[in-house]
Amino acid sequence: MGQVFETIAHEFRESLAMALIALRINKLRSILTLLGIAVGVFSIIAVMTAMGVLLNSIESGLSQLGANTFQIQRTSNFNTGNPQERAKMRNRKNIKYAQGLLVKERATLAKAVGLEAWSGGKIVATLTGQKSNPDVAIVGEDIEGFATNNWDIGDGRLFTQSELNSGRKVAILGIQVVKKIFTKLDPIGQTIRIDGQEYEVIGTIEPKGGMLGGNQDNFVAIPLTTLFDVYGSNRDIHIMVQASSRETFDDCVEQVRGILRSARQVSPGVDDDFYLFSNDSMIEQFNDFTKYVRLGIMVISAIALIAAGVGIMNIMLVSVTERTREIGIRKAIGAKKNNILSQFILEAVVISELGGMIGIIIGILVGNILAITLSVPAIIPWDWVAIGFLVCSLIGVVFGVYPAWKASNLDPIEALRYE
Amino acid sequence: MSISNHVVINLQQIKKIYDMGGAEEVQALRGVSLQIQKNEYVAIMGPSGSGKSTLMNIIGCLDTPSSGLYEFNGVNVSEMNDNQLAKIRNKEIGFVFQTFNLLARSDSLHNVELPLIYAGVTSADRKRLAREALEHVGLGDRGHHKPNELSGGQRQRVAVARALVNRPSILLADEPTGNLDSKTGDEIMVLFEELHSQGNTIILVTHEEYIAEHAHRIIRIRDGMIEIDEIVKNRKKINTA
Ligand SMILES: Nc1ncnc2c1ncn2[C@@H]1O[C@H](COP(=O)(O)OP(=O)(O)O)[C@@H](O)[C@H]1O
Ligand SMILES: [Mg+2]
Repeated sequence: MGQVFETIAHEFRESLAMALIALRINKLRSILTLLGIAVGVFSIIAVMTAMGVLLNSIESGLSQLGANTFQIQRTSNFNTGNPQERAKMRNRKNIKYAQGLLVKERATLAKAVGLEAWSGGKIVATLTGQKSNPDVAIVGEDIEGFATNNWDIGDGRLFTQSELNSGRKVAILGIQVVKKIFTKLDPIGQTIRIDGQEYEVIGTIEPKGGMLGGNQDNFVAIPLTTLFDVYGSNRDIHIMVQASSRETFDDCVEQVRGILRSARQVSPGVDDDFYLFSNDSMIEQFNDFTKYVRLGIMVISAIALIAAGVGIMNIMLVSVTERTREIGIRKAIGAKKNNILSQFILEAVVISELGGMIGIIIGILVGNILAITLSVPAIIPWDWVAIGFLVCSLIGVVFGVYPAWKASNLDPIEALRYE
Repeated sequence: MSISNHVVINLQQIKKIYDMGGAEEVQALRGVSLQIQKNEYVAIMGPSGSGKSTLMNIIGCLDTPSSGLYEFNGVNVSEMNDNQLAKIRNKEIGFVFQTFNLLARSDSLHNVELPLIYAGVTSADRKRLAREALEHVGLGDRGHHKPNELSGGQRQRVAVARALVNRPSILLADEPTGNLDSKTGDEIMVLFEELHSQGNTIILVTHEEYIAEHAHRIIRIRDGMIEIDEIVKNRKKINTA
């Protein structure tokens, strides 16, 4: 057993050496072949790495919603390509505050229902003249919204129910805003000004980091009713619903959907006129969205790999011809057909794997450029790396078998006589 | 030194016919019968094209006869399959060629190791046996030289070491000195002499009378047939000193 393993190990070493020699002798042809394999593997690995990075980024963003939480908003964050669809989206009616309250009241399967409304592109200023860039979001939030957003209060406190009801002008700052305008002062108790309105700062929110490159900490939260007072009460809102458990999640989704459909008078059989998403649905949608990209890249890779496989076969055929005498010598001193067969197949596999290795390394590097741009951790898609190596071995075997078979069937005397 | 009665090679009416297409054919061997016993030292002689190499290749299991019986150590070779023939070539026969036939890109050690690899010998044993075989032919210090870094005589010694490394029953040499000058040719003959005195069975093809005279027995071939098969009376001893 050990001896068999040792023979195989030796054959592998020898094949590796022989493959490298064959590569050196047929430089240009080899480089082209390696390049073919490398390109085929590279495109798969690069795309899959990038997809992995994106998915990671989305997942980490979503997990910042509370556990078992889904969100309802007017339209999807993703642009679907179809212009008709997009027009339909634009014509959708706002989700009204009253509809949010209805969900709060009737969704018996929900543990918490948070309501919020957003307005972006604000400048936040202190009374001493410190100013932020005009990129801060102001969000009107109710109390449960902090739970469903998974926001934790850092310093200070949350506003109270009575402050919410009376529409007091109090503000809780995202950490990015604090860093920008309160470099020296303790923000709690200070006054800030947004769109000409003054708010008392009562708290800050623990940092959350970015999702898809955006920054989740660059906002100011105020009571929802205050936001309605200042910016108008007809605004579109988001409804965030936290199911009481993993098990009741799906039922809870259906219940809330039913409540909203009847409130918004959607006839049976007609699609929802709102967009409901959870972690799962978001990932599903992402996978759906990228299905054709992945399919396309597989086709391209397959073509590149098959072309490269034919290149390997060509190299191996030339190699067999050039080494006819060597094959004769090996047979004369006792090599069996199988020895020659496995030697040449292994050589083809080694060439293929070399190309694959180049493709995998460059693919991972290029795919992770996206991770750097989105400032999320780089990943190595081990499953696709394994698949890459496997496919390369397969190509080596499939396209190496014929030349190897030809070599193993040479007649020893004729091979020895070959000039 | 006594010659045992054990028959290593038994050929009966061996014919080899090359079909050249159409009605044309070459009869390289036209019915050769001979027996060679253990520890014999046989020289095969004959003019060019008389069938010496064809005969050697058949004896060496590199080629198969068109008809006739070939028994190797009492086993009928004609009935063997490719793998069995490969095994015989590997373990029972050491072949030395006129053109050395070493792997050009491998060093001496690796060339000598090769039969051991196909015999499935483990790496450590392989290294040791190959080194011993090289020392045996006086090339202990040339293990890491590639063929093109060796003289013709040295290359042939490596080939002899390779032929002997698996301790075969018989050593076949087809004009082993044909590509060497007479001085290095003599050195190889000294080596063969030694190997024979150590108990090896040797069959040697040559067309030089003075080389054949080292053998115990000379078989003369003409037109694919044995013309004369004789015991050498006054063996020429090389001064090995
Ligand atoms: N592969 C072959 N095809 C056709 N004829 C061959 C082949 N090999 C040898 N011969 C012929 O067989 C005869 C014997 O050749 P060979 O055994 O090589 O002679 P020798 O070694 O005695 O010089 C020659 O006439 C040669 O032309
Ligand atoms: Mg000849």
